[in-house]
Amino acid sequence: MYVAVKGGEKAIRNAHRLLADKRRGRRELREIETAEIEEQLALAVDRVMSEGSLYDRRIAALAIKQARGDLIEAIFLVRAYRTTLPRLGFAEPLDTAAMTLRRRISATFKDLPGGQVLGPTFDYTHRLIDFGLDAPAQTETPELAEAVAETSPRVTDLIARDDLIEREARPEAGAPVADITRDPLAFPAPRDARLQNLARGDEGFLLGLAYSTQRGYGRNHPFVGEIRCGEADVELFVEDLGFAVSLGEIAITECQMINQFKGGDGHPARFTRGYGLAFGQSERKAMSMALVDRALRADDYAEERKGPAQDEEFVLSHSDNVQATGFVEHLKLPHYVDFQAELGLIRQLRREQDGQPEASQQEAAE
Amino acid sequence: MSERAYNFAYLDEQTKRMIRRAILKAVAIPGYQVPFASREMPMPYGWGTGGVQVTAAILGPDDVLKVIDQGADDTTNAVSIRAFFARTADVATTTDTREATIIQTRHRVPETSLTENQILVYQVPIPEPLRFLEPRETETRTMHALAEYGVMHVKLYEDISRHGHIATAYAYPARVAGRYIMDPSPIPKFDNPKLDNCPALQLFGAGREKRIYAVPPYTKVVSLDFEDHPFERTKFEAACEFCGARDSYLDEVVTDDRGGRMFVCSDTDYCEKRQAAQSRKAAE
Repeated sequence: MYVAVKGGEKAIRNAHRLLADKRRGRRELREIETAEIEEQLALAVDRVMSEGSLYDRRIAALAIKQARGDLIEAIFLVRAYRTTLPRLGFAEPLDTAAMTLRRRISATFKDLPGGQVLGPTFDYTHRLIDFGLDAPAQTETPELAEAVAETSPRVTDLIARDDLIEREARPEAGAPVADITRDPLAFPAPRDARLQNLARGDEGFLLGLAYSTQRGYGRNHPFVGEIRCGEADVELFVEDLGFAVSLGEIAITECQMINQFKGGDGHPARFTRGYGLAFGQSERKAMSMALVDRALRADDYAEERKGPAQDEEFVLSHSDNVQATGFVEHLKLPHYVDFQAELGLIRQLRREQDGQPEASQQEAAE
Repeated sequence: MSERAYNFAYLDEQTKRMIRRAILKAVAIPGYQVPFASREMPMPYGWGTGGVQVTAAILGPDDVLKVIDQGADDTTNAVSIRAFFARTADVATTTDTREATIIQTRHRVPETSLTENQILVYQVPIPEPLRFLEPRETETRTMHALAEYGVMHVKLYEDISRHGHIATAYAYPARVAGRYIMDPSPIPKFDNPKLDNCPALQLFGAGREKRIYAVPPYTKVVSLDFEDHPFERTKFEAACEFCGARDSYLDEVVTDDRGGRMFVCSDTDYCEKRQAAQSRKAAE
C-alpha cells in the first residue's frame, strides 16, 4: 500500500549532515580559515557587513564560510544574529570630512583640496585572468605613503559654499533617527528611513535600478561629485559624561552624486544631491544607492514619477534580499492543500464546461 | 554564542512586549492589520516568521505547543518550527489538537473544534486581501479606512461571469465583525466556516509584511459572496482511505503513473485519532 510520506525529523537531520559535509568539501584539502576569508575575500566580507547591517568582519567572514560562499545566505545569518543584539544607543553622525582617506576620487574637479587618491581599485586593471594566482606566489609589499589624515573637505561642501547645490537639511541635535529594524516602514517614508532601507538593500537590485535611471527611466543627470573610502571615527554621546567618546573606527565608502540642477519661480538654480554610504569598500553599492536616493526624491522637486526607480513603494518594498529570497524560496514548501483546492475547482469547472457548454455564459447573462 | 545566550522563546522581552501591544490592538479592532516592527528570525521570510514571532510573544513555560503545516504535524517546516521552540523555550509539544494550548498553523485549520483555552496562530504570507487588486499599500490602507471594498466584489463578480463560480479556492476573503475584509491566510475555503464564531482566539502574523491581525473569540466571520451565489464549502466525493472520514479536508495522493489516486485526511492528528478509535472498537 502506498503511504503518503511527508518528510520529518530524520530527513532534516540527514540533510543537515550532508550540508555540513558539502561545506567542508574534500577532506584532503586544508579547511579554509575565517581569517583568510576576512583578508582575502575582503570585498565579500564588506558586502555581507553592509547588507547584513552589522559592522563585524569576523562574524561576516564566519557567515560566508558557513554559507559556503552564498552571500545572501551569509547576509541572512548576520541579520538573524544582529537582531538579537541589545541596542545601546545611537552614534553621533559620522564626520566623513574628517575620515582617513584610502581612496578618494572626484569626477567633477580635476584637482581639489586633499587631492585625488586612486587607492586600491579594479578600475584601471585589464580584466585578464591572472594564471599566476593559481599557485601561491610572493606578492610584493608596496611602499605606502601616509594615509591622507588631514580634513579633506567634501566636494559637495565646496560647491555648497558658493550656494550652487541644495543645502543638506541639518537635523536638530538629539532629534530621533528612523530605525527601520525597530519600526515598520510606512509610506511615504522619510529620507532617513529610505536611506537605511537602501543601505541594507540588495546590491544587484539597486544596481539594476540605478542603471535604469541612466537609460531614461527617471533620468537625473548624475555626476560623481566624490567617492571616498577609508576609516571614519564612530562617536557616542554619553549622558553621564556630558560629551561624546570615540568607540573606534569603521571602514566606509561614501558617494555623493551631484545631480540635475533645479530652480526657477524665483529660486536660483542649484544642483541636487543623491547620497550613498556602505561599509567597507563597496563603491558599486554606494553609487547605486546614491542614484536611487536621488530618483526617489522626485516629490521634493515636483518631478513626475515615470520610472520604477522613482517609485518609492516599489523600490523600498523589494530592495531587501533577505525578505526577497525567503519569499521566493518559500515556494519550495509544500502547498498540497491549496493546490488541492485549485485542482478541485478546475475539475469542477471542466466538468461543467464539458457537460453544459453554455452554463457559465447563461449565468453571466442572468 | 551558546543557546543559553538567547532569551526564553528566542525574542528579547522588549520585542515581545512590542508584539503583544500589536496583538492587543489587533484584538481590539478585529480584522484590522496592525503594523509591527517585525524582527529578523533565524528562519527565512515566507517560512513562518510572522507566526513564529506571534507564538514567541504569547508563549509561556506551561504552554503546550502544536505546529502544523498542510494540516500535518510531520511536514518538514512544522517539524523545524516545533524543534525551534522546543529548543529555545523548552516547552512541551504535542500533536494532539485537544492537548495543545497554542497551535501554530500554515494553510489549515484543524478539523477538531477548538476551545476557549486555545489560541490558533496563523502564518500569513500576504496579509492584504486587496493586494492583488491594488499593489500599493498607501491605496489599500485608505480603502480599508473607508471600507471601500467595491473592487473585491467586482473581482468576485467577474469570476462568476467568466467561470460560473467564484474562482478562489483558498485565501478566500472574509468580512470580520461586519467591518474589515480579511485574508484568512492561504487556508482552503473549506476551512473558512471554522473561523466564524470560533471559541479560540485566532492570531495572524505576517513577518515579511510586518502585520498582525486577529479574530477574537466568538467573532462573526463571513466569507464574501452574493445572494444568488452563496458561499459554498468545498465538498469531496471521496472518503479518506485511512479513516473513512467524509467530513475532513483530503489530500490527493498519486499512487501510480496510470491515473491512480487516493485521498487521505490532510489533518494527520484527526485521521490517526479516528483510526485508533476504529481499531479499539474492532477489538472490543
